[in-house]
Amino acid sequence: MNEPATKHRIPEFIVGAVLLLLAIVAYIGRRADWFPPIVLGTAASVVVIILIAASLAWILIRTIQGHQAERRIVYLYIGIAVTLPLFMSLTQKISISPEVQTLYNGLAALPPGSKVLATFDYDPPSAPELQPMAETFFRYAFHNDLKVIVIGLWPQGPQQANLALNKILAEDEFKQMNLRYGVDYVNLGFQSGNEFVIQRMGSSIRSMFPADIYGTPYDSLPLVRNVRNFSNIDYSFNLSAGYPGTKEWVLVAVDRYGLNLGAGNTAVQVTEMYPYVRSGQIIGILGGMNGAAEFEKITDQIDKGTRFMLSQSFAHMVVIAFIFIGNVAYFTIERKGKR
Amino acid sequence: MRREIPLLITGIVGIVFIVQYFIPHYPFGRMSDWFSDWFSIVASCAILLGALNLMKMSVLKVISRKGDWIYALITIACFALITVIGLAEGRDFRDTGTGFSWLYDYVYSPLSSTMFAILAFFVASASYRAFRARNFEATLLLLAAFFVMLGRVPVGDVLTGFLPESMQMSHLATWIMNIPNTAGQRAIMIGIALGLVSTSVRIILGIERSYLGGE
Repeated sequence: MNEPATKHRIPEFIVGAVLLLLAIVAYIGRRADWFPPIVLGTAASVVVIILIAASLAWILIRTIQGHQAERRIVYLYIGIAVTLPLFMSLTQKISISPEVQTLYNGLAALPPGSKVLATFDYDPPSAPELQPMAETFFRYAFHNDLKVIVIGLWPQGPQQANLALNKILAEDEFKQMNLRYGVDYVNLGFQSGNEFVIQRMGSSIRSMFPADIYGTPYDSLPLVRNVRNFSNIDYSFNLSAGYPGTKEWVLVAVDRYGLNLGAGNTAVQVTEMYPYVRSGQIIGILGGMNGAAEFEKITDQIDKGTRFMLSQSFAHMVVIAFIFIGNVAYFTIERKGKR
Repeated sequence: MRREIPLLITGIVGIVFIVQYFIPHYPFGRMSDWFSDWFSIVASCAILLGALNLMKMSVLKVISRKGDWIYALITIACFALITVIGLAEGRDFRDTGTGFSWLYDYVYSPLSSTMFAILAFFVASASYRAFRARNFEATLLLLAAFFVMLGRVPVGDVLTGFLPESMQMSHLATWIMNIPNTAGQRAIMIGIALGLVSTSVRIILGIERSYLGGE
């Protein structure tokens, strides 16, 4: 599709600089309490939604008239769809999917004191989807006295686990619980070797993680001292954004050693995992931000996942609207042009 | 011998891993553990090698002033900065409050998240320009995308709230993911697995040698 040339175009770097400046002012302003938090009430939110819908209808009419929207219009709408809902106070009904219910049932069946292996196979780009799952998981585990052993097959995984742990442990509720490192939870860090690490853990976890992330010897950590291999692990929760990830845990740890595995995946990866969920090799799965929101709802811990779902709803609606407008353009302009 | 020794190592390791899957006892279980340990050691060395290679390429680019050399200079500066800070802080470099942790939390994480977030804009733009109902298959794909995109967000159920529960968007999306998606994924997985088996056998037997370079 050829985009119409605009006569008076504002240089991109000026637009970028203005937006950056606005973001910096907004950030500093909030930190310094220059202005109260901006929250749009229900009525204001509805007005904003109607305005956005009306402008999309206008773009549709212009498209039918033969004026196609250029791609920076799409970018603008996606930007609005993602950011504006963060200021809205609207709530949405989150329904629980069978996969999330199954995962929750698997966790709920664990008696207090069970040892859970939490594997963090992702890095910061996937954190918006997976970090809320990690935080909810830790909250649930500590509430229910599950003992958490963290490892990572991605170098940044254990660091992401520490970010989630630091956040959770700073909350009043968990401060009062006096959770002890090495007794209630432990971070064994990263090990290179992808699925070979999983394979080796099947016979000896100590051989792959001789010390924790801080260099404390494995045998000095009360939580893992008697954990020899997967037979001493009651449940495993894997957060994955690619390779190595959930698939490798299924192929090696589940099929070979019979590990009970629940998983949380990014939205783009979760489709590949459905065959394993259907066959029962994965006991439930959380898919993307929606999975995180469902997990928060089912464990009754509303947080980031739920709040960000409004942005995702808006973004999906805008993308669908533009796909529809694109198809209108195809049938009214491009096909006519071909004839 | 430069070819024969790697072929021999590959063959022995491949056969041991296959045998130990069915006979996980001595000596195959022990050999498999050795090879797994060695793989971790080699993989760790590969990380170092990769970092050094990145530095070598970046330095050469800066020296020769090839196109976009300024980015190579930034790469070297960032690499040096995080390495020096990490090494200076010793074993506890990941702890909260350290320079390394600060760089990770406030520089690396936001920058890499931003790079990934930009994808949303490109996906939206690409969908707008290329997702067309040109033929039957494309229309089918478009409809599936429509149902899954709406069904995976709460607004889908809000829009179809007047319908019976089993016909609401989230149920339709779940059905698409569980039935047609799973069937397609299984077909792809079986195809890939068969391809992997045949390629692995060729590599173990030394017929496929392209991984050694050349041929």
